[in-house]
Amino acid sequence: MSDVIHNSSATSTASGRTERSATASKTYAAFLVIGLLLLLIAPAFLYPIFLMKLLCFALFACAFNLLLGYTGLLSFGHATFFGGAAYFTAHVVKEWGFPPEIGILVGAAGAAFLGLIMGFFAIRRQGIYFAMITLALSQMFFFFCLQASFTHGEDGIQSVPRGHLFGFIDLANTTNMYYFVLGVFLIGMIVIWRFINSPFGMILKSIRENEQRAISLGYSVARYKLGAFVMSAALAGLAGGTKALVFQFATLTDVGWQMSGEVILMTLLGGIGTLIGPIFGAGLVVTLQNYLATSQFPVTIITGVVFMICVLLFRRGIIGEFYASRLGRKLGFEHRR
Amino acid sequence: MTMIFGIPLQAFLGQLLIGLINGSFYALLSLGLAVIFGLLRVINFAHGAQYMLGAFVAMLMLQYFGINYWFALFLAPIVVGLFGAVTERFLLSRLYKLDHLYGLLFTFGLALTIEGTFRYLYGSSGQPYAPPQQLTGATNLGFMFLPIYRGWVVIVSLIACIGTWLLIEKTKLGAYLRAATENATLVQAFGVNVPVLLTLTYALGAGLAAFAGVLAAPVYQVSPLMGSNIIIVVFAVVVVGGMGSIMGAIVTGYMLGIAEGMTKVFYPEASNIVIFVIMAIVLLIRPAGLFGRDV
Repeated sequence: MSDVIHNSSATSTASGRTERSATASKTYAAFLVIGLLLLLIAPAFLYPIFLMKLLCFALFACAFNLLLGYTGLLSFGHATFFGGAAYFTAHVVKEWGFPPEIGILVGAAGAAFLGLIMGFFAIRRQGIYFAMITLALSQMFFFFCLQASFTHGEDGIQSVPRGHLFGFIDLANTTNMYYFVLGVFLIGMIVIWRFINSPFGMILKSIRENEQRAISLGYSVARYKLGAFVMSAALAGLAGGTKALVFQFATLTDVGWQMSGEVILMTLLGGIGTLIGPIFGAGLVVTLQNYLATSQFPVTIITGVVFMICVLLFRRGIIGEFYASRLGRKLGFEHRR
Repeated sequence: MTMIFGIPLQAFLGQLLIGLINGSFYALLSLGLAVIFGLLRVINFAHGAQYMLGAFVAMLMLQYFGINYWFALFLAPIVVGLFGAVTERFLLSRLYKLDHLYGLLFTFGLALTIEGTFRYLYGSSGQPYAPPQQLTGATNLGFMFLPIYRGWVVIVSLIACIGTWLLIEKTKLGAYLRAATENATLVQAFGVNVPVLLTLTYALGAGLAAFAGVLAAPVYQVSPLMGSNIIIVVFAVVVVGGMGSIMGAIVTGYMLGIAEGMTKVFYPEASNIVIFVIMAIVLLIRPAGLFGRDV
């Protein structure tokens, strides 16, 4: 998807760029503080379960964007990691009595393992084939979950206890749970931020921009792609495991292909290849779903139409458009073409 | 009673037939996908939705206008093909200069919209569509009873597959099409209207999907979900076959359908996933696909 994520501003001089990025980092810091404050006080104004759902999906979308936005790989099977982790976490917490923090880690580790397997097959092909292979393998995992005994088929794993965090913080209390989810979300975001700014992340970007050149520079592209895939899967699993604790169940919905489509939409809507775009995308989609849940009108139609509009007219997404807007540029963001 | 590998012959042949029928639909659909992909470089995610539309158009034509199966078999592909042509002309054609993945995402959105609309209007449950009178009943082949309609499906889809292959490989239009696949700019320089060719190709692919949908309507039930259930399997078929060759798509479709049927006989639990497993194995051994040229 080189045209979305093409670092442009080739015209700007080197000094202009440093100046800009200095402004940008100040702006970033300001937004970060405001955002954090909003998240801290949000439960006073909004329904906490809704907020927790939003945070889980935001982390999921950001994890997905790690792959699409920063490595240029479109996975159509991320529901496997999100929903798979939800099953793993729900199972170890409910059946084996694991504490919640370990449960979530088990979920993330399980998702990483699934990511290793799926990635191993999928990176053998590129582009459109990559998308189709991930979709097919994820459908295979769906059928596995439908038939396996530990997932309880159509019923799913119900009434999962939230347990006590570190043995003494009762997560059945909604406020405690909210701050726990917020903590998980922030840890996930820091990991993503650190990851894309690491040398590893830089190599991923070079693969995205020009895979052949990355190969000729001597990088083992396949290994880097697999690394990114596993990382993205693990973080998606972190989100999925957390979601299982928030809603206290894990069902087939989370492993279906529709979920994979939803996370693509969130990322596309928010802005592919922007760090915080998927958060906004997830926010919009989750709000829309909540709003439509009470009405008769099916969400699928809206999702489909928004998808088409985004692809036709709005490929930069909300945050991408903002960065490219006059205000965004004034604030020092690099606009991406 | 005759046994094959410890399975009664009757059951064996029955599943073989079901596999052959599923294979017919896989072949027709992956053929359409390959034709569209060959020229447009778009993976048509809406293919499943167009298949479903074909079945629905046939059913609605019967309900509201009393148009019978035989006419529907021709009319429904035309209706859906026209719908496809309009979509291509006004929406999809805007995406050609972008990354191919946008085509996939757009058609995914289209598929969701169509499916959602039909679920909204007709509910998720399936509705029956009776096969035409001439094709009801079964015939005794001596070793098994063959429901006539099922035999018809196999034969007609074979004819449709071979017809499409002939159209592309042996006619003038097909020659333009193949030439445009190799080098669209050059073909346009020779005075061929490539944009129209693209629209026609997409309409042809959509029409083929709708044709498969009409054929499928009496076998399965007409349901809004019938498209998305099959399209993911067809994607796996396409990955196995590679989209480089039309014949490859057809052969792979039938092969995998039969493989699925056989799995139902010997290890029914795995019949849902056997095609995906085969896909994974093919990816290990021959990443380009059985008939593919490019990786």
